[in-house]
Amino acid sequence: MKLKTLLLGAAAAAVAAGSAIAEESITVVSWGGAYTKSQVEAYHKPWMANTGNKIISEDYNGGLAEVKAQVEAGNVTWDIVDVELSDAIRGCDEGLFEEIDHDSLPAGADGTPAKEDFIGLALHDCAVANIVWSTIFAYDSSVMPEGPTTIGDFFDLAKFPGKRGLRKSPKANLEMALSADGVPADKIYEVLSTPEGVDRAFAMLDKIKSEVVWWEAGAQPPQLLADGEVVLTTAYNGRIFNAIAGEDKPFVIVWDAQVFDVDLWAIPKGAPNKDLALDFLKFSTATEQLAAQAAWISYGPARLSSNALVASYHSKPDLDMKPHMPTAPANFKTAIANGFEFWADNQDELNERFNTWLAAN
Amino acid sequence: MSELPPYATTGQRAWYYSFRVLCGLIFLFLIAPILIILPLSFNSQPYFSFTNEMLAFKPEGYSTRWYWDILKNGMAAPEATEGWFSDMWANAQWVRAIKNSFLIGIPATLLATGLGTLAAVGLSRSEMPFKKLIMSILISPMIIPLVIIGASMFFFFSNDFNVVNWFIDGAQPPSSRWQLSYTYAGLILAHAALGTPFVVITVTATLSSFDQSLVRAAQSMGAGPIRTFFQVQMPLILPGVISGALFAFITSFDEVVVMLQMATAEQRTIPRQMFSGIREQISPTILAVATIMVFISILLLTTVELLRRRSERMRGMSPQ
Amino acid sequence: MVDQTAPVVTGTRPEPAAQKPSGPLVAADGTPLKRRLDQAMRVSRWRAFGLVAPLLAFILAVLIIPIIIFMGRGAYNPVYAERMPASTEAILAWDGNSPVTEEMAAAMVADLVVAREDKTIGKVATRVNQELSGTRSMFTSTARKAQKIEPPFLEGLIDANKKWASIETWQAIRVAATSVTPAYYLAALDFKYSGDGSVSRQHEDRRIHVTLFLRTLEIAAIVTLGALVLGYPVAWLLANLQARHANLLLILVLLPFWTSILVRTTAWIAMLQGQGVVNDLMVFSGANDVVLQIALIFNEYKDLTVTSLCANDVNGVMSGGEKALQSLSGQAEDGRTSCAASMVSAFQAGGAQAGVAEAERLAEQSKSWGFGDERFSLIYNKLGTLIAMIHILMPFMILPLYSVMKTIPPTYLRAAKSLGASNWTAFWRVYFPNTISGIGAGGLLVFILAIGYYITPALVGGQDGQMISNFIDFHMRRSLNWSLAAALGGVLLIFVMFLYWIYDRVVGIDKMKLG
Repeated sequence: MKLKTLLLGAAAAAVAAGSAIAEESITVVSWGGAYTKSQVEAYHKPWMANTGNKIISEDYNGGLAEVKAQVEAGNVTWDIVDVELSDAIRGCDEGLFEEIDHDSLPAGADGTPAKEDFIGLALHDCAVANIVWSTIFAYDSSVMPEGPTTIGDFFDLAKFPGKRGLRKSPKANLEMALSADGVPADKIYEVLSTPEGVDRAFAMLDKIKSEVVWWEAGAQPPQLLADGEVVLTTAYNGRIFNAIAGEDKPFVIVWDAQVFDVDLWAIPKGAPNKDLALDFLKFSTATEQLAAQAAWISYGPARLSSNALVASYHSKPDLDMKPHMPTAPANFKTAIANGFEFWADNQDELNERFNTWLAAN
Repeated sequence: MSELPPYATTGQRAWYYSFRVLCGLIFLFLIAPILIILPLSFNSQPYFSFTNEMLAFKPEGYSTRWYWDILKNGMAAPEATEGWFSDMWANAQWVRAIKNSFLIGIPATLLATGLGTLAAVGLSRSEMPFKKLIMSILISPMIIPLVIIGASMFFFFSNDFNVVNWFIDGAQPPSSRWQLSYTYAGLILAHAALGTPFVVITVTATLSSFDQSLVRAAQSMGAGPIRTFFQVQMPLILPGVISGALFAFITSFDEVVVMLQMATAEQRTIPRQMFSGIREQISPTILAVATIMVFISILLLTTVELLRRRSERMRGMSPQ
Repeated sequence: MVDQTAPVVTGTRPEPAAQKPSGPLVAADGTPLKRRLDQAMRVSRWRAFGLVAPLLAFILAVLIIPIIIFMGRGAYNPVYAERMPASTEAILAWDGNSPVTEEMAAAMVADLVVAREDKTIGKVATRVNQELSGTRSMFTSTARKAQKIEPPFLEGLIDANKKWASIETWQAIRVAATSVTPAYYLAALDFKYSGDGSVSRQHEDRRIHVTLFLRTLEIAAIVTLGALVLGYPVAWLLANLQARHANLLLILVLLPFWTSILVRTTAWIAMLQGQGVVNDLMVFSGANDVVLQIALIFNEYKDLTVTSLCANDVNGVMSGGEKALQSLSGQAEDGRTSCAASMVSAFQAGGAQAGVAEAERLAEQSKSWGFGDERFSLIYNKLGTLIAMIHILMPFMILPLYSVMKTIPPTYLRAAKSLGASNWTAFWRVYFPNTISGIGAGGLLVFILAIGYYITPALVGGQDGQMISNFIDFHMRRSLNWSLAAALGGVLLIFVMFLYWIYDRVVGIDKMKLG
């Protein structure tokens, strides 16, 4: 009998929870942590205030698996999702995302048509970029006052002994390895396309393999640095910046050979609230919203017209955000553009190679 | 071994005590990790380790902030006071996870217990055909790796179970499809399947000591099988049934692998939420949740132990 | 449902019916007793089966059938053939080695045009890309131009993308076009199935699955052994204590059993991490030095997986010089490591040079003695996986052992000793053989559960503590190579089923008990 009462209670609770969500609500899926926080502040809250609709925010860890499973099962629960470029391309080719009409996007605040206002990689058949982010490496200046300055230092165990954090994925690691081996930024993918080039990158990684701590989620590297588990780590630049600006950690970002990429909004095919999702997409990629996001995390806006509006960190009026963006000229000198086409083609094989390499002791 | 005889030699004494110490260490190994999370969950710092303040027993080293975080995490505006409770009820991630755990666990337990008890009664009859084969199939959910179960169910549940659609050519609109993937019903079925072996094993064990002549006695006095079952058999095996149900519940309550593959983010249960927490954002909130879970375990364990003793007593009374 | 007229027979033997004092071999209604009894048996068999049937049907429907279908996925992948019918037919007719024909190219172009319109080209490209990397963009880019390609089609294709000229491309397509294929199951065992039907070993850089299966078996074996070694004394103690005490201690075994696996894994992270309780205790008691000295006998310092904040400070000073020393001096005194303290005092006494010299001395000393604050990597590696898994699976070993040991009368040991056996002989020759059945039951159960383990290695396995389940999940949810996931799962399932069969032979499935 008790069980029955409990069950009824639980069912009633479920109904109550269901009805608490207004009919007009969309599920927005992003990467969690400080990044989702910046989107909530810059996009979600104003959109909810403007339209009276609700947003259910969910976290995921990238990849197309969930989208593909939902679309192929014909049971889509996500309305809009924040994806990496190579996944946007692959998902679009496989018919997992709705196509987006670029002409319907609002013009920039300065009147520039959307097609010219967005930066190079930002507009895709099925996706529209919101930010430019980058993989960098960082260290703790209280541990190493005279820290590394080049990507070569990251791979130099003699000069900078100690453990290093790296993302458990071949992406960005192979590029940085080749760059450390002296390959210029514009030749990276040319070299990586050859078997010898891949060998060369892995040989470079071999040098530090014994000292690597692998991370998977963006929130981990700042934690690893703070705990003294590693002396150097690659990371997403925004996460390190937030640890510096928000928690006053003495971290230093090294921009040499940063690998930059864009994150895009895409709408899964058959999304339950497609029209609302599209409205949210247009709203959040407008000039003001992109600029507002930059007050919360140091990711560059995908619109040129937003740059002028980028101001200071939300809680520190005298902390100008511009020099902390991946696209700031001083940071951008040796930047590597993520080869989305290369990764769309080769990630299966390189993942396999990378996993084999990891498994071999 | 149980006690040291007065005439024991020094060597025997040494062995006796060192063996006790060894066993003590092994018990420490078993129990220490579970005890250690209790103080750590009151850490005022966002770490998994003891701070100097904690070790010095300074009050500022301890706080209940992570318990508050369970209520607040995921809320749109935890600092606002108005509508705080309804916002928490609807949006806080951990609160939702707790709701989901029961929403899935209780129906799954009822289903598993009902089916499992019936099956155990059937299996305990000596005339049951193909007993061994059937038993091995019924126990298999406990044996087959969960990753395989999750993947298989996921694909199978993605099929369209609307029979009408099978006779119509071409793709059907999602609204007319009946699918189990990403639904609570699918998760309940999955967890029920995982829980049944425990019910079957526990109830079968209770039935093995059940005196079948009681059934015959009841029947010879004119009771039908249903009446016999509910008035004679059921009261005697009830402790076993409840134990089995609790096992089935804890199985669902602790399951994460199938959840990983078959649930949406909105359907996350407590362990699924913990899994994400450990991988993505390590904070002592997880330790606070873990502490609460330990208390739930203690509650369940105590219940099962009391039931077991009761059933042992009853067995002692029944004529053997 | 209840057939009141049929006599209810519950025993296997027909004696109860004999109680009826009827004529020899004829029932009351005149039918032969034998047939009447058979009928009754059949009815009660069906009744028993009827009780089991709902659960059996349920398990078959939601578990067994889905698993069989899933295993089938590992041998059947129609993605290419369904979407590219014309080229499938043309390519399967080809022998896999002779030059590519114009018909194949023409069929390919026709299919590409359709696939582009249907937006299915991405799926096709992904499928072929699994066989040969780099063909994804070849497909998608060629499909974009396919509408404009004119005869001769082969040259048109090569103009669109020069990879079409390579025979390997076409061989890869041939593998993808074969819907029923051994390729995935072969890949699960590190073999490669080529377009011409030949089978060869996978390239060395990609041989991973056999290693993983072996590692999975190794981890499962160590966990089983560890659980046995730790569980045996505990089970013995429980079985030989007074019931009151034993029940109390049994709670200590059962509590972990009832505690969530996630909770226990979390707890082990708190225990074993770099700044965790075990490392704290070792540093506090100085035990880390002892362990380090033992480790240094077998390894060089640089090969040890240790973290040392001291080392970080020393390295900082050696690379940063005076600036680093100043920054160290600025730190609060109680927050400094011992190395930092000695370098700072040298710095304050004798300037930057003395500070750096002290750093060099410490670095030199560390080669043979360590820094003194080394913390060991106990988690996020194989060691962490092993410790956490032994803890989690140990109750499954203790409980069967305990229930067997409880049935061994203590008089056995006493009898052996009174006949002159030493303690060891009495245990090894008399007691131990009696516990073999418990060891078999517990050991097999732990091994079976360990071999398919996922959660613990996923959370604390790091790089070398991953097991095959983790890879199945990787292919399910990350690389989306579902057929390979199915094939790996199929191989794993064969292992598990084999062990399950042994368990049934050795222990008996109906003997399985919980607590």
